[in-house]
Amino acid sequence: MKRVVVYGLLIVCSLLFVAPLFWAVTTALKSPTELYLFPPKWIPSVWKFGNFADAWTIQPFNLFLKNTVIVTLLSTLGQLISCTLVAYGFARFEFKGRDLLFLIVLATMMIPWEVTMIPQYMEFNYLGWINTLKPLIVPSFFGSAYYIFLLRQFILTLPRELDEAATIDGANKFAILVRIIVPLMGPSLILVGVFQMMSCWNDYLGPLIFLNDQSKYTLTLGLSQFKGMFGVDMQSIMAITCLISIPPLAVFFFAQRYIVGGIAGTGIKG
Amino acid sequence: MPRRKRSLGGVIPYLFIFPWIFGFLVFTLGPLLFSLIISFFDWPIVGKVRFIGLGNYIDMFTDDPLFWKSFGVTIKFAALFVPLNIAVALGLAILLNQKVRGSAIFRTAFYLPSVISGVALAMIWAWVYSGDYGILNYFLSLIGVQGPNWLNNAHWSLVAMVVASLWGQGSMMLVFLAGLKGIPKDLYESASIDGAGKLRQFFSVTIPMLSPTIIFNLITSIIAAFQQLTLALLLTGGGPLKSTYFYAMYMYENAFKFFKMGYSAANAWFMFLIVLSLTFLVFKSSEAWVFYEGEMKRKPQKKAKSSGRGRSS
Repeated sequence: MKRVVVYGLLIVCSLLFVAPLFWAVTTALKSPTELYLFPPKWIPSVWKFGNFADAWTIQPFNLFLKNTVIVTLLSTLGQLISCTLVAYGFARFEFKGRDLLFLIVLATMMIPWEVTMIPQYMEFNYLGWINTLKPLIVPSFFGSAYYIFLLRQFILTLPRELDEAATIDGANKFAILVRIIVPLMGPSLILVGVFQMMSCWNDYLGPLIFLNDQSKYTLTLGLSQFKGMFGVDMQSIMAITCLISIPPLAVFFFAQRYIVGGIAGTGIKG
Repeated sequence: MPRRKRSLGGVIPYLFIFPWIFGFLVFTLGPLLFSLIISFFDWPIVGKVRFIGLGNYIDMFTDDPLFWKSFGVTIKFAALFVPLNIAVALGLAILLNQKVRGSAIFRTAFYLPSVISGVALAMIWAWVYSGDYGILNYFLSLIGVQGPNWLNNAHWSLVAMVVASLWGQGSMMLVFLAGLKGIPKDLYESASIDGAGKLRQFFSVTIPMLSPTIIFNLITSIIAAFQQLTLALLLTGGGPLKSTYFYAMYMYENAFKFFKMGYSAANAWFMFLIVLSLTFLVFKSSEAWVFYEGEMKRKPQKKAKSSGRGRSS
C-alpha cells in the first residue's frame, strides 16, 4: 500500500515537472492552425519539423549562436585555468594570511551581484568594453569563489606523498601541478567545466546589461527579443526555446554523475 | 644561494593565487567600495556629479513610493517562495530517498527544469499561464474551475511567479537528498524501537539531522528571492499594477532605464544590508535549533523517548 502511494506521488510530481517541457516541444512542432485551440491539442496531427529552421531565420540566430559559443568556451577555459591555479595555491602552500584570504574567498560568495554591478558597468564602460563580449569573458580568467572552493576541497583529498615524490625527482611546484595534480583532478574539473558552461550558456542578465547591438547578442537575448516582436507565432518561440535548451540538456545527461555528486558533495549550487 | 631561494619560496604561493587576488580587487572589492561611495552622490551616467550625502537614502525612504512598493512585493514573494521552495525540495528528496526502482529517472525529471535557462523557463511558463490557450487553465477547466489570465491579473501574478520559480528547485533537492543519505539508519531503528511512528521519526530524527542543510538552503533561498529579476523582466515587466515589480527590477530600472547610478547604488546597498541581516538572523536563531553531528560526542540521546504519543496524526 505504502509503495503504491510513493510511486503514485513520484509519477504525479514528475509529470508536473516534465509536462510544461513536453508541451513546449509539441507546441514547437505544431502547425499554426493547431496552436490556439481550447482544449489544447497535446500531440500535433502533422509534425512540422520545418518550424525549427523557419524560427531560426526570424532573427540572425546563427550569429547569436556564434557569440554564445565564443563566450561559453572562452569563459569556461578561463575558469578552469585560473581556478585550478588558485585552488592549488590554497591547498598546497603555507603562506602568510592564507586562511584569512581563503575566508574572504568564501565571503565573496555572499555578495549579491547587484551591489557590484554598477561600478563594474562603469569600469567596462571606461575600458570601452560595453557592447563587446569582453565583459562576459575576461572576469572568468580571474577565477570565481565557488569553483576555487570546490577544486581546493578536491586537491586536499590527494595524498601529499605524490608531491613529495615528485619534488625528490626535481620537479618544481608548477610541474607538480601540471603533471601530477591536474591529471588526477579529472572529475572535479569536469564538474567545474559543466557548471560554468551551463551558467554561461543560460546567462541572460549579463548579456542584457553589457550588450547593445543585435550583432553582439547571445541566444538567450535573441529569444527574449521575441517578447516584444509583433506577429511571431508561438510555435517559433517554442522552437527556439527547445533548440537553445538542447546543449545544456545534452551536457547534463553526459555529466549527470558528476553533477549529482558535486552538488551533493559541497552542498552549494553553482 | 639559500637566502634567495627562501625569498622565492615566499613569493611562489602568491603567484598561484594572484589571479584571484587581482580579480577580487578589480571586480569585487573595488566595485563594492565604489558603489558605497557613489551612493552618496547624485551620479547620472552623463553630466555633473554632485555630492549629496545621505540624500539618496533619505529620498528612498521618504520620497519614493516605488521603493516601498517594490520592497513590499519582494517581501511578499520571499514569504511565499522561501518556505514553499524548502518544502517542495525536501518533499521530493524524501520521496526519492524511499527504496524505489528507477529513482534515477525520477531524479532527472525533477532536476530537468533547473538545467535550462531562465529565459527558456520564462517563455514556457508564459505559454502555460496563457489565459485562453494555456494548459494550466485547461487542467483547471477539467475540474470545473475557470482559471484567470494569470499574468495579467494583479491578484494572481505574484503567485504565478512563485510557482514558476519553484520549477527550478533541482539543486536544492539534490542537496537535501545528499543530507538524507547521510543520516545513519540506526537512529531510525532505535526511534522505532522506542515506539515512534513515521511522523514522529520525521520530526525527531530527520529534521534535527538535516538542520544544517535546511539552514544552508534557507539562506540561499532568501538571497535568490531578493535577486529575482529575470522572470519579472520577461513575463510581466513588473506589472500588472506593479504587482510583480520586484526590488531587483526597481534597482535595475533606476540604473539602466533612468541612469540614476548613485541612487541605484544606494538601493543595492540597502538590499545588501537587508540580506546580510537576514542571514545573520537565520544563523543566530539557528543556534537554538540546528543540530550538528559533531555535538554527538556521546551515545546519541534518543530524542524519541517519550512513548509513541506523536504517532497519531
